[in-house]
Amino acid sequence: MLAFILRRVLQSVIVMLTVALVAFALFRFVGDPIASMVGQEATLAERMELREALGLNDPFIVQFFTFLSRAVVGDFGISYRLQQPVMELILSRLPATLELALVSGIAAFVFGVGFGVYTALRRGGWASSSIMTVSLIGVSLPTFLIGVLLIWVFAVELQWLPSFGRGDVVDLGGWWRTGFLTESGRMSMILPAITLGLYQMTLIMRLVRAEMLEVLRADYIKFARARGLSNRAVNFGHALKNTLVPVITITGLQLGSIIAFSIITETVFQWPGVGALFINSVRFVDVPVMAAYLMLIALVFVVINLIVDLLYYLVDPRLRLDRSAAGH
Amino acid sequence: MSGPSENPSDKTPLLSVRDLVVEFPTRRGTLRALDKVSFDIAQGEVLGMVGESGAGKSLTGAAIIGLLEPPGRIAGGEIRLRGERIDNLPREKMRRIRGRRIGMVFQDPLTSLNPLYTVAQQLIETIRTHMDVSEGEARKRAVALLDRVGIPAAARRIDDYPHHFSGGMRQRVVIALALCAEPELVLADEPTTALDVSVQAQIIDVLKEICAERGASVMLITHDMGVIAETADRVAVLYAGRVAEIGPVRDVIQAAEHPYTAGLMGSIPTLTQNAARLTQIPGSMPRLNAIPQGCAFNPRCPKVFDRCRTDRPELIDRDNGRHVSCWLYDAATQQVAHD
Repeated sequence: MLAFILRRVLQSVIVMLTVALVAFALFRFVGDPIASMVGQEATLAERMELREALGLNDPFIVQFFTFLSRAVVGDFGISYRLQQPVMELILSRLPATLELALVSGIAAFVFGVGFGVYTALRRGGWASSSIMTVSLIGVSLPTFLIGVLLIWVFAVELQWLPSFGRGDVVDLGGWWRTGFLTESGRMSMILPAITLGLYQMTLIMRLVRAEMLEVLRADYIKFARARGLSNRAVNFGHALKNTLVPVITITGLQLGSIIAFSIITETVFQWPGVGALFINSVRFVDVPVMAAYLMLIALVFVVINLIVDLLYYLVDPRLRLDRSAAGH
Repeated sequence: MSGPSENPSDKTPLLSVRDLVVEFPTRRGTLRALDKVSFDIAQGEVLGMVGESGAGKSLTGAAIIGLLEPPGRIAGGEIRLRGERIDNLPREKMRRIRGRRIGMVFQDPLTSLNPLYTVAQQLIETIRTHMDVSEGEARKRAVALLDRVGIPAAARRIDDYPHHFSGGMRQRVVIALALCAEPELVLADEPTTALDVSVQAQIIDVLKEICAERGASVMLITHDMGVIAETADRVAVLYAGRVAEIGPVRDVIQAAEHPYTAGLMGSIPTLTQNAARLTQIPGSMPRLNAIPQGCAFNPRCPKVFDRCRTDRPELIDRDNGRHVSCWLYDAATQQVAHD
């Protein structure tokens, strides 16, 4: 078990290094940050001076290792645009993104599994057919369109929910501002969470349905029925648990992409999270912020992957055997 | 009606199947997979059920335990367990019979057990579904049963997962699961087909012994005549969804009456007869959508005559515990033969 974790952590480190290299190299080509930092009237000498001060004249390798050695301790430098430490910027906006991702991730999983199981068990019923049809919309409509449609219906026409922002937030211990504790915070969460989670929900639902139909045909389900176990025990005790093994992987990866692709949703809803921060940084060629964001997303994916692997381990006893056998 | 007669002792048989019809509605009309199948199983008896693939052996088992896969359905006839009809019970009532009064052992032990639960979890769940016992009591029973089916160190191994067991051991677990609520009737659907030859006999022995101890009856579905010969009391031969012949195993094997059974026996190699070639039955079993008129076997039958092509023979009671569905044994035919 420990060897397994260590091996996975080592792999993760290599992945992170690669991402760092790619991110760092890529952002050297997005434009000259100096141009957007100084005014029109700045002289060439002033520009050169700033260049030198920021270390932009050092060789690529040197710059990269400076970047790496600082990144390891969480120092991504100072934002060119906002003149604040990047880490501070990101940490101040991370709660907004994480809360949104958490809510839409949980909603996507709960409703996805629920609808998936329902449509698998009630195959051919009118309710199942309608759910399947509606789910096609979730899969095929682009996120920003869903967001705009939701704003139009629920914020503009019905005026039930706010169309942008986080509402009022409560400061928890100085480093986490939550929107869960106020009425307006919770109301503001609904539309962006639906927008962000709808695609994931339909994906999980279709996956669960397909897996469940497969599992329900398995011999051990037939045998469970032949032993007179109740429908509930067969469907939810035996079939669902087996269904969830592959679903866990996909859901875990989806959680990563929810965080990563919250950029669009955050832009549509003016949500003050890291996604919006990233978009603004791109506009101003704020390389330190972009690099830090990329590293953060990579870290999220790597950590989630690790957790998913460990969950697999817990759910499926066959893996436990294989691993321990391989370890000896 | 001309179904099998009642048992010598006039107790009602444990299981009685009469004129069972199973149909599959398809777009191109209805397929009749079982056509008026009738047989009895007495208390404590082992009935062998043989036939080619697709003859309807497994389907008969599925119909009895109420687990026909839709769109398959029972379209006629009746199934009685101790005289009480079970083919038209509400789902919940039938569920309580499954496992409790009728147990079933499936063919492939590798896929019959849920890989995510320990053997203990699966056994205890099944026992507690049917019996009002505590978790601890259920566990005690489970260990005893595993021990009885021949799993070494049962008390320790009960907490293992199915993948920790070999194929033969898993089939023992499957048998324990099928028997854990002490059913009166066990349907064993090719219980040894997926196993190594070396463990097949052990599994059959375990199954037979435990059922004998408990007085449970067995319906043993197989295409292995060797297993039938050693295990069953009586044998029913199925052909194209119809019963061709039923009788005591020894009689049927040594002196088959139905030409199909005779052909089947002729195709089995023996050590005593020094035949140069095994006989084979020409042709193959008809598809369900092309069952010939009259006797289903008539196109392949070496003794076919006119009546076989027009009229379907019913099961004829031969008065010696045997039943055969063949016009050769009809009173009218025999009259002609004597003339």
